[in-house]
Amino acid sequence: MTGNLPFVVVGLLFAIGMALILFDKNLIKIAIGVSMVEAATNLFLIVLGYRTGGSIPVYTLAGEVKRMVLPTPQALTLTAIVIGVATTALMLSLIMLLYRYYGTLDVREIRRLRG
Amino acid sequence: MNPLSLIVRTVCNVFAWFMVIFGAYIIVHGHLSPGGGFQGGAVVATFIAFLLVAHGGKRLLGWVKEGLFSAVESTGLLIFLGAGLFGISTTFFYNFLAKKGGLFGSVVPLGSNTGVLNSSGTIALMNLAVGLEVVAGLSLIIVYMFKGIRLELDREEESHDR
Amino acid sequence: MNWQIHLPALLIAVPLLGAFAAPAFANRRLRDVWFTVMIAATTVIAFLLWRRVGAEGIVVYVMGGENWHLTLPSGMRLPIRIIMEVDAFSAFMALSGSIVSFAGAIFSLRFLDRTTGGEKFVALYFLLTAGMLGMETTGDLFNFFVFLEIASVASYGLIAFWRNTPEAIEASFKYMLLSTIAALMVLIGVGILYGRYGALNMAAIAKSMQLGLPEKVALALFVAALAMKCGAVPLHMWVPDAYSQAPAGISCFLVSVSQASLYGLFRISFSVYGRALDTPAVAWIIIVFGILSMFIAVVMAVIQKEVKRLMAYHAVSQTGYMLLGVGVGLLALAHPQAMSEYGFTAMQGGIFHIINHAMYKGLLFLTAGSIFYASGTLDLNRLGGLARNMPYTTVMFVVSAAAIAGLPPVNGFVSKLLVYESSFAVHPILTVMALVTSILTLASFVKVFQSAFLGPARARFSEVREVPRSMLVGMTVLLVAILWLSFMPTWSLSRLVGPAAQALVDQAGYIEAVMGSGL
Repeated sequence: MTGNLPFVVVGLLFAIGMALILFDKNLIKIAIGVSMVEAATNLFLIVLGYRTGGSIPVYTLAGEVKRMVLPTPQALTLTAIVIGVATTALMLSLIMLLYRYYGTLDVREIRRLRG
Repeated sequence: MNPLSLIVRTVCNVFAWFMVIFGAYIIVHGHLSPGGGFQGGAVVATFIAFLLVAHGGKRLLGWVKEGLFSAVESTGLLIFLGAGLFGISTTFFYNFLAKKGGLFGSVVPLGSNTGVLNSSGTIALMNLAVGLEVVAGLSLIIVYMFKGIRLELDREEESHDR
Repeated sequence: MNWQIHLPALLIAVPLLGAFAAPAFANRRLRDVWFTVMIAATTVIAFLLWRRVGAEGIVVYVMGGENWHLTLPSGMRLPIRIIMEVDAFSAFMALSGSIVSFAGAIFSLRFLDRTTGGEKFVALYFLLTAGMLGMETTGDLFNFFVFLEIASVASYGLIAFWRNTPEAIEASFKYMLLSTIAALMVLIGVGILYGRYGALNMAAIAKSMQLGLPEKVALALFVAALAMKCGAVPLHMWVPDAYSQAPAGISCFLVSVSQASLYGLFRISFSVYGRALDTPAVAWIIIVFGILSMFIAVVMAVIQKEVKRLMAYHAVSQTGYMLLGVGVGLLALAHPQAMSEYGFTAMQGGIFHIINHAMYKGLLFLTAGSIFYASGTLDLNRLGGLARNMPYTTVMFVVSAAAIAGLPPVNGFVSKLLVYESSFAVHPILTVMALVTSILTLASFVKVFQSAFLGPARARFSEVREVPRSMLVGMTVLLVAILWLSFMPTWSLSRLVGPAAQALVDQAGYIEAVMGSGL
C-alpha cells in the first residue's frame, strides 16, 4: 500500500494542475498549473524507476550491492526538466507581453482572436 | 529594481563568486556525480540573479554584454555538435576520446572506487559545452525578462506623471 | 565504408548546425546564403535518404556506438541505445517535410528584410526543421517526445515572431498551453509503456506488446495528445489562430510540422500497437476525428473573411481526409481480405493526401503571404483586382486552389478519389461527407479567387507590384512538386506512396529490422 503512495501524490498533483489550467482565469495561475502538471509527470517517471532499498545507479560508487534504482527514468526526468524550464521561461515571457498589450491577466479579456 | 543596502551588496560581492565555483565543480564532475552541464550551468547563472537583486538592474545592464553572452551560447552549442560530428567515423556521437589516454581518456580501474576525473571521453567535453551554453542562455533569459519588466515599469511611471 | 549510412544522423545534424551557427550571421547577405545553403543541404540529404530506403529497405542507425544490443546473462537481447529507424513511411514524410521547409525558407528571405532579428528567425526555423525531421525518423519513444518539444518550442517563438502584434502573442500562448499539455500527456504515455516493458524502443515495445489496461490508457493519451497536435477537430482551436498569425513562410511550414504529429499518431497505432489492437475502437475514433475535422472545419472556413484564417480552417479540414484514409486502413488491419479489398487503397489515399496537402496548402499559404506582402491586407472585403498586377501569384493560387478542391487533372483529385472509393466499402455515409466537404472547399476557394484576384481594379491597389523574385522561386518549388505529383500519378503511387503505405502496414518488418527475427 505504501508503495503506491507516490502514485497517489502524482495523481493529486496532476489533478490540481489540470484544475488550475481549466478553471482559473488568471494567466499566472495557469502557468503555475502547467508547472504542476510537469512536476507530476516528472515525479511519475522517477517513481517508476524506484526500487525499495535500491542504491545509487553509479557502478563505481555503489560498491557491492544487489539492487540499484533504474537510471533511465532519471535521465528522462532530467531531460523533461530542462525542456520544462525552456517552456516555462517562454510562457512567462509571453504572459509579460500579453500583460503589456492588454493591460490585464484575465483570460476572459484576452480574446481578440475568435470565430 | 533598486540596489539593496550596503550590507547585502558586500555579502553578495564576497559570496556570489562561490556560486560560480560550485557551479563549475558540478559541470566538471558531471560524469562522476549527479549533475552535469545543465545543473551546473543553472547554478552559475544564479550569479547574474544575485547581482540583479543586490546591485539593481541599472548597474547589471551596464555590466552584461548581450552580444558576448549570445556568442558564448552559440560556441557551447557548436562544441557540443562538433563533439558529436567528430565521432562520425564510427557513428554520430561515438565516444572517440574514451580510453585513448590524454586529457579526457584515462582508463577507469575495475571495481569500486571514487572515480577518475579525466576518464569519460567526449562526455566531459559535452558537459563543458552544455555548461557554457546554459550559463549564457539562462543569464540572457534573466536579463531579457528584467528588461521586459523595466519597460513595463517605465510605461506606468510615464502614465502616472501625466 | 559508405558515407551514406550516416544519412539519418546528418538529417538531424545539418539543421542543428544551421541553427547553432545562425546567430553569428548578423550580416544580411551572409545570413541569406547560410539559410539557403543549409536548408538545401537538408533537402538533398532527405532525398538521398529516401532513395536509399527505397533501394535497401529499412535503415537503422544507432547513436554513439557500433551496435545497439545489450545481451543479458539470461540470453535476452535488448536495444539500449538511441536508435533512428527510417522505413519508407518515415523517409516519405521527411522528404515531403523538407521540400516544404526549403520552399518556406526561400520565401522567407525577403520577408525578413522588413524586420530586425532575422538571424534569430533563421535559428528557430532550423530548430523547427530539426525537430520535425527528428520526430519522423526516430525509433525511440522518448526521443520522439524530445523532438516533439524541440519543434513545439521553436514554433511558439516563430508564431509570436511579429511580437508587436497582440494577436500573434495571444495565438502563440494558446498554442503553447495546448501543446505543452499534449506533450506531457505523451510523456506520461511513454512512462507507462516504459514501466510495463522496461524499454523505450518502439520495436522492442511492439515485440512484447500485449493489450492490457495500462496499454489502453497509454494509447488513449497518445491518440488524444497527437490528435490535438495535428489539429483534429474537437481540439483544433489553436490551428486557425496560430496559422493566421504566423509569418507566411512559417504557416506554410507549420502544416508539415503538424503532419509530423500525424506521423507519430500513425506510427504508434500501426507499428507499436498494430496487431495487438483487437478492437476496432481506435480505428473508429480516428475515423470519427477525421469526419468531424473535415466537415466542421470546412463549414467554419466558408464563413471566414480573412484569407489566411480561411486557409487555416481548410488545413484542419484536409487533415480529416488523411485521418479518414488511414483510419479505414487501421480498421482493415486485422483482416487480410478487407486489407486487400479496400484497406490498402485507403492507406494509399490517406498517405498520398499527406504529401499533396503539404505541397498545395504550403503554396496557398505562400500566396496569401505574397498578397499580404504586396497589398498590406488579407481582408477579403477590401481586396480585389489583384490578378492584373500579380499574374504569377494568380497562377500559383489557381493551381493550388484547384488541387485542394480536388479538380480532376491536379493531384488532390487522385488522393481524394482513393479515399472515396475505399471509404465507401466501410460505410457510404463516410464518402458522402467527404464529397460534401470537397464541394464546400471548392466553393470557399472560388470565393477567395473571385474577391481577391478578380473584379474591378481598386484604386488603392494600383501601386501593387508582383512580389520579389526569391519569393516567386519559393512558390515555384512547390508548384513544380504539385505538377509533378499531378502528371505522374502512377509513378507517385508506385514509387512514393505505395512503399510508404506498405511500410506502415508491415509491422513485423519494422520490428525485425531492430530486434532480429530470432528470440
